Amino acid sequence: MIPGRPRPLHRPARAVTALVIGAGHAGLAMGHHLAQRGIDHVILERGEVANAWRRERWDSLRLLTPNWQCRLPGQPYPGPDPEGFMGMPALIALLEGYARRLASPIHTGTRVTAVRAMDGGYRVETDRGTWHCRALVIATGATQLPVVPALAEALPPWIESLTPLAYRHPSQLPPGGVLVVGAAATGVQLADELQRSGRQVTLAVGEHLRLPRRYRGRDIQWWLEQAGLLDQRFDEVEDIARARRAPSPQLVGGPSPRDLDLNALSERGVRLVGRLAGLSGTRLQFAGSLAMHCSAADLKLARLLDNLDAWALAHGWHDALPAPERPAPTRLPARPRLGLDLAAGEIKTVLWATGFRPDFSWLQVPVFDARGRLRHHGGVVEHAPGLYAMGLPFLRRRKSGAIHGADDDARELADHLAARLAGASTGGRAPRRPEAALPAP
Amino acid sequence: MQTATQAIDNGVNVTALLGAREALAQAPEAARFTWRAHCDWVMGTHSRVAVEAFHGLGETQQHRQRFTFDVDHPAVFAAEDHGPTPVEYVLVGLAGCLTAGIAAVAQHRGIQLRSIRASVEGSMDIQGILGMDPEVRNGFDDIRVVYEIDADASRAEIEALVAQSQKRSAVYDLLTNPTHVMVSVK
Repeated sequence: MIPGRPRPLHRPARAVTALVIGAGHAGLAMGHHLAQRGIDHVILERGEVANAWRRERWDSLRLLTPNWQCRLPGQPYPGPDPEGFMGMPALIALLEGYARRLASPIHTGTRVTAVRAMDGGYRVETDRGTWHCRALVIATGATQLPVVPALAEALPPWIESLTPLAYRHPSQLPPGGVLVVGAAATGVQLADELQRSGRQVTLAVGEHLRLPRRYRGRDIQWWLEQAGLLDQRFDEVEDIARARRAPSPQLVGGPSPRDLDLNALSERGVRLVGRLAGLSGTRLQFAGSLAMHCSAADLKLARLLDNLDAWALAHGWHDALPAPERPAPTRLPARPRLGLDLAAGEIKTVLWATGFRPDFSWLQVPVFDARGRLRHHGGVVEHAPGLYAMGLPFLRRRKSGAIHGADDDARELADHLAARLAGASTGGRAPRRPEAALPAP
Repeated sequence: MQTATQAIDNGVNVTALLGAREALAQAPEAARFTWRAHCDWVMGTHSRVAVEAFHGLGETQQHRQRFTFDVDHPAVFAAEDHGPTPVEYVLVGLAGCLTAGIAAVAQHRGIQLRSIRASVEGSMDIQGILGMDPEVRNGFDDIRVVYEIDADASRAEIEALVAQSQKRSAVYDLLTNPTHVMVSVK
């Protein structure tokens, strides 16, 4: 190819058995397992390896999982600081190194523009040519599009309104107060950072998950992993739709471990208000449900710690660890504010930490429910043979959304994919089912 | 771990409720309900409100009977006190809604209830409704609900019942979130 000139438009489609879209941790993990099974495949990546971690995260972000937990298929954490928390440069280096050692061909700078079903597989159109494949794995990430309530459109024009995808550091915001909407991991981290930058932060709090960074001398992730909670499967939980909607826990990774719950934020001066419920003219309205949401989160945390203590007792850890403790209940303002007039000038910026969703706009296959969510059974997309998803919240296990969650999911989905290919190539005979819990491929 | 199963009966048909949830997932339009009340003014601050029909599951539904409610104000408002005040009916609605929710959640969680009592208080500064001070709102500035629950459950389980009931309560939602209200004249 001549540098600086576009590739010819009329190239014949290339054929590959399996195609993975996305070279983040989930796509790379799938590449590892496909390579292990000798399945011919490629990984297409719109930008570079670990693209979203490079371009769509704020500067100070660190992973919520300690380094020792950042395992990839065939690779334990290789660095010198197992108890630390990776920032973005370290994570990008980790994924780059992993990608280099991977046998998978990775086509970077290749943006998928459309995927369509075709006889015996899928047709994948990109800005650098077309591919045909028999199996397709979507590993494009769960957090590509910010979810912002409709009332954001009605904010007065003098209010700066931005999402975490556009946020990098506090100095990018105008001076003055900030309303952070949402108290999951993103919301509490940005509220903390902005309050430390000298701005008065108001935090609108709805349903949330409170977690301590450390419990009885161990990182909370150690507990969740050891007690088996992270391995809990999608077909074991009572209401998987609800489990997949759960907000990310109020955690932060940092040079030294610390809690980042609502009490820590209040102590720093952040003002707590209820869920953002409405906007009437220039007046923001907050729900009167702050006490309920905080009490529910405190109760849920107490139940979790009770279960962890019971697990420690049953598994011989109890005497080896410091005594059980309980965090103080969430402290609330006596009368949380129910309204805030944006015309008063107190708030200059609204930051929407109201969640994210994946972007499947390129997927021209009827695999969505009435609300536009991908219909899948543990990552096996329904009514679309050979189509798989990776890296979505609680895809197959509670840990599915985390870096270390990709290995088990990729292994099982690669098995399913391989069984399907084998079945198809032997004249459609019923393939061996690798796992009882999976639907017939 | 408890293995013995006892029949828990709080008089709530959870199976029917869960069945309804499943059926409505298939036919979401049937989940649209409209509740209705009809009010006739009697005299002074005294009105009589009737409730009989509502719309849901795709058709008009009837209560077992027509219910009527007298609404008035007490003597300190220079009225004749033919019935509770409108704001007291709001407290009635909140208490009824949260308590029904507690019973349903307890049944679903296998918790036998023996008694539930709730005290509900709403406080307001009547300088608002009297138009004396534009800074004072008309409605409640605080609502407090205190539950006393006797059940075969730990305190934490009981608190969790109360929390879950708030999370799924229509009246709690109405009181804690803004609602679009349109009043017109025919």
